[in-house]
Amino acid sequence: MHPSLQSFSPQRMSSSSIRFDNFLDRESSLGVLLMLPGLSILAVFLAYPFALGIWLSLTDTRIGMPGEYIGLWNYIDLLEDDIFHQTAWNTMIYALVTVPFKAILGLGLALVLNNHIRFSNPIRAFVMLPWIVPTALSSLGWFMIFDPVFSPISWLLIQMGLIESNINFLGDQVIAVTAICWVNIWRGIPFFGISILAGLQAVPHELHEQAAIDGANQYHRFINVTFPHIKGIIMITSLLSIIWTFADFQLIYILTKGGPANQTHIFGTYAYQVGMSATEIGMGAAITLYMFPILAFFSILLLRYMRKSA
Amino acid sequence: MMVGSESHRTLQIYIPLAVFMVLLLFPFYWMTIVSLKPSSDLFDMNFNPFWVQRFTFENYTYLFENTEFWSWLWNTMIIAIVSTALSIFCSICIGYALARLKFPGSDFMGIGIFLVYLVPPTLLFIPMAQVIGALNLFNTHWSLILTYPTQLIPFASWLLMGYFLTIPKEIEESALMDGCSRIQILIRIVLPLSVPGILSATIFCFTLCWNEFLYALIFMSSGDMKTIPVGTVSDLIKADTLFWGSLMASALLGSVPVAFIYSFFVKYYVSGLTASAVKG
Repeated sequence: MHPSLQSFSPQRMSSSSIRFDNFLDRESSLGVLLMLPGLSILAVFLAYPFALGIWLSLTDTRIGMPGEYIGLWNYIDLLEDDIFHQTAWNTMIYALVTVPFKAILGLGLALVLNNHIRFSNPIRAFVMLPWIVPTALSSLGWFMIFDPVFSPISWLLIQMGLIESNINFLGDQVIAVTAICWVNIWRGIPFFGISILAGLQAVPHELHEQAAIDGANQYHRFINVTFPHIKGIIMITSLLSIIWTFADFQLIYILTKGGPANQTHIFGTYAYQVGMSATEIGMGAAITLYMFPILAFFSILLLRYMRKSA
Repeated sequence: MMVGSESHRTLQIYIPLAVFMVLLLFPFYWMTIVSLKPSSDLFDMNFNPFWVQRFTFENYTYLFENTEFWSWLWNTMIIAIVSTALSIFCSICIGYALARLKFPGSDFMGIGIFLVYLVPPTLLFIPMAQVIGALNLFNTHWSLILTYPTQLIPFASWLLMGYFLTIPKEIEESALMDGCSRIQILIRIVLPLSVPGILSATIFCFTLCWNEFLYALIFMSSGDMKTIPVGTVSDLIKADTLFWGSLMASALLGSVPVAFIYSFFVKYYVSGLTASAVKG
């Protein structure tokens, strides 16, 4: 390096690094800088696809074929589509009817786990498995349990003399929807259970003791002492569960793929069938966007509830 | 008296607990025994299906030798690790900025991030496939490494923000007085104090990546690029023959890593799971 440059460079380095330090110490500039990496990913892979989805839903785009603007025709066509009606109805049942079952069974699980039990740590780890493992893979287990030929449930019922021949669990609309709802409940019980358990453990011990001294029995202590403490968590967990279940895909894709005869679709699987398998991208995007107002409604409900309780 | 209260406890606690355990764990038991039976035994209705008459590992050998299971495992791992690392880096930055710094938009950004957490993949997969196609990323690890963070960053940021808020401000203020820069404070003071929060965020992100299905199904269509959930579902279920044993073997092996990680970090996962409910 040239001697004159060498003697100058430390000076310049430090002045520019001071300027950089100032930049980093000003809260507003550092704040923006720290938000940048995450927000760029969200902008490219979340905000942009969302806007693109709205545009696609207003076109007749198909895979490999650029479409033209057709206004709201995709949305209007769907309103006259019987499969779409069935899909919307199924989604409502799937997301709403399952919640009370998950909440009650989860509460039961939490009350049981809240006692001093032997091996409580491994037991807690084990009961979380339905929630923790990939749903696609555990659904395969259920897929086999509901198989028309190998079902252990059918085998058991036949041995007990309750039925004559195997049940075709996933081949009949009513039984299939029930089976799908059951697998969803099965997966959700641990989530409700562990969340409610955390709430139970936050109930001050003195309150229980005081109530016991005052002569309250177990039932009254639960209603008057415990329940007010866990009400908020049950509410938040239920809303989260509704949002996730409403937008589910894999469980139904594995169990029935929407069949038999398109009778068990929910929004996600029907959009996949129309938008991917049948290559009608515009129509598929319209199906997914029908979810948006309902998702927004429950999200805002959740947000308001969380702010109120905080 | 003692005996009475013992049997009372059994009635109230251990019997319901046993019922819950059977209900919640039966599918895993079923998958395990099917994976250890020869296929011919499945068809023999004289055998009790709840038990294994003849043990075999042939289903596992088939899985390892005749499918691309090892590629699926590698893909799932590399995608989950890189995507988690990327998300945790972004989330630490966002979480700290939202917890401690005032900047234009900082008030509304917190709520925005939370609402983004509730945007499901099913809402975006159709246009997302177009974006991935336009970027030429189909059948590459990057297609998933770059899209998973949209699910992970919102929650992890939210969780870490809550964690950073529990660190007393005074520690940081005195360090500022001593001439530390904000970045130095973040790296040397805040991060070491937040290890449990970062661990629970990491576990959360990793399991979400490992378990994701829809994007992986659409973006990874060629056999050796699939993840375990997608590979198991699409390559082992063939219309003509069902390899039940290998199917169950693959489903079980694909579940083991998350179950294993989880059992070590139960505490952190549970605190992460309930963080939004408790701290929000």
